[in-house]
Amino acid sequence: MKFVDEFREPELITKTSAEIRRLADPDRHYRIMEVCGGHTHAIYRFGLKDLLPANIELIHGPGCPVCVLPMGRIDDGLAIAQNPDVIFTAFGDMMRVPGTQGSPLEHKARGMDVRIVYSPADALKLAEKNPDRHVMFFAIGFETTAPSTALTLMRAKAQRLHNFSVFCNHVTIIPAIRAILDSPDMRIDAFIGPGHVSTVIGCRPYEWIAKNENKPVAVSGFEPLDILQSIVMVLRQLKADEATIENQYKRVVPWEGNRAALRAMAEVFELRPYFEWRGLGFISQSALRLRESYAEWDSEQRFQVPGVRVTDPKAAQCGEVLKGVLKPHQCKLFGNECTPEHPVGALMVSSEGSCAAYFNYEHRKTAMVTSIASVA
Amino acid sequence: MAHGAGGKASRRLVEGLFAPLLFSSSSEPLGDAAHLDFNGTKIAITTDSFVVKPLSFPGGSIGELAVNGTVNDLAVSGAKAEAMVVTYVLEAGLPTPILEAEARAMGNAARKAGVTIAGGDTKVVEHGKADSMYITTTGIGRPIHGLKIDPRSVRAGDKILLSGPIGDHGITILLARGELDLEADLHSDTRSVLPLVEALAREAGPGVRWMRDPTRGGVATSLNELARDCRLGIVLMEETIPVRDAVRGACELLGLDPLHIANEGQFLAVVAPEYADAALNALSLAPGGQDAQVIGEVREQPSGAVLVTTRYGGSRIVDMLVGDPLPRIC
Repeated sequence: MKFVDEFREPELITKTSAEIRRLADPDRHYRIMEVCGGHTHAIYRFGLKDLLPANIELIHGPGCPVCVLPMGRIDDGLAIAQNPDVIFTAFGDMMRVPGTQGSPLEHKARGMDVRIVYSPADALKLAEKNPDRHVMFFAIGFETTAPSTALTLMRAKAQRLHNFSVFCNHVTIIPAIRAILDSPDMRIDAFIGPGHVSTVIGCRPYEWIAKNENKPVAVSGFEPLDILQSIVMVLRQLKADEATIENQYKRVVPWEGNRAALRAMAEVFELRPYFEWRGLGFISQSALRLRESYAEWDSEQRFQVPGVRVTDPKAAQCGEVLKGVLKPHQCKLFGNECTPEHPVGALMVSSEGSCAAYFNYEHRKTAMVTSIASVA
Repeated sequence: MAHGAGGKASRRLVEGLFAPLLFSSSSEPLGDAAHLDFNGTKIAITTDSFVVKPLSFPGGSIGELAVNGTVNDLAVSGAKAEAMVVTYVLEAGLPTPILEAEARAMGNAARKAGVTIAGGDTKVVEHGKADSMYITTTGIGRPIHGLKIDPRSVRAGDKILLSGPIGDHGITILLARGELDLEADLHSDTRSVLPLVEALAREAGPGVRWMRDPTRGGVATSLNELARDCRLGIVLMEETIPVRDAVRGACELLGLDPLHIANEGQFLAVVAPEYADAALNALSLAPGGQDAQVIGEVREQPSGAVLVTTRYGGSRIVDMLVGDPLPRIC
């Protein structure tokens, strides 16, 4: 398959893995954060940790939109959809994410009209087909998915389609990275920058990380070779004691980003003064809401929203895992109370969440190695 | 709904609720069909229900699925389907031509698979109380000579065979629902695997320890069940697992794992190592078995789990499916 197989070529992967071993100083421990949940998933799915020396530790960052969404927002969205006139639509990613009264799928089983869509445009089509119902799109995602929500809203406005609205949970990546860097217990040497987000925002918004924080960044693609090559890039910088922004994902990411997408976002959205992130708390100017000119298509303005706030169980240590202070399996709830089937904390809910990825792909592998070692 | 998706929740429902309340001898591992002995007369019996949307799709329809699914459940338990009975649950208002088409599809599939449809029943429920049409089947069969299927006989060192490319059915259905603007030249793999199983029995019968058709939940779920039943590890070599490009592409786009996607015309077999070559040969030479592969082997570790190794030295644990596979977009 083109654009996939080239980046999974065993010979190149072995070479790059050897280059990483050559560059890594054996007397130093490296902590590299991959910001994006897609990278976390790929690292586990392709077993990339097996190809890295033990002193390179990958810290899984905040870039999984499902994971960082507070439970109260899900409750709010589902509360709107209790109205039998409303059709609740969302990406498949959202469907198993629990609110306090269960996930969208569980609400569907109890009779709520919940539908999986593959894009906000599909939700808009559903509204066109069901003029006597109201279609609400529960929007999630970083700058990756926000432009398609924006374009859909522009189309709804142009068509004067009034039985459609968006419950907006779009968040922005830079404030989250800043919050992690500002955290006192943060210890990260370099970043693997998010590939998909950067197709929209470009590489410029990361420059402060290199300039002010002196941390190297490599914006990376999602294939095994992409990620390994990005690790090579940041290791080279660390070795030379440099910090710059490198674009490993040039085949997709333009340095300046996608202007048309950014224009659409600016037309429709404005920054919220603050927004709650699961595991990280309130972060100022970290999320988007609809502008006044789109109020008519804003679910939060059209419907009564209870504004539920649910605090995560105290025992769940999501924040520490997100910041890289703890590994997933070091959380007290991991694998016991908190599993992918019954997630308690944020990072267990999506397969891109670091805890779920660790549980699905790594957990028993580690247990296996331990048991072999104990036999020996 | 997860309880019906064939993965973890389904297994918990069966083992936790049904088995203790319904089954007399719960020590037998749960297979695709039950083997009974009536004073020396041995028969195998299985039952299954078919719920699929849309009713017809490239490569097949619910009528064919019902016959092939029943024949296959018997085949992988080591039995040849002889007869089956069929129940239709119909939603009031279902157009007659659709019912007629499905009955015809069923009759044709039964003739092709060499199984007699011996009887049936029809129920009609109010409009809105069922989704068009559900089919329930019960099939009986006779043990295939020379096969003894038992997960407890599986040993470390055994080889795992797969009869052909995986994921065709599940991805075809996903695309046939028309919710995705994806087009692919792909059709369901629904077919009877009995001829392949018979070829395997002829050439490598004494070496065959276990078989399963990886329907809902896919290859990963079937092999996880095996790993748990025999308390051994299953190690797969990813590059040997046959997956068509169209399936791989759709899975890459939607964030799905082909190992979790449903199949309706493939089966997995665990074969003693000394019979592995003969078994692969038998499958490869049988019509429809040309893509068969040895995809891995049974090892002591990881006990109770399935490990997939990649071409470049990475590895990952692949669990059973939890609920239905959901596409990842954001």
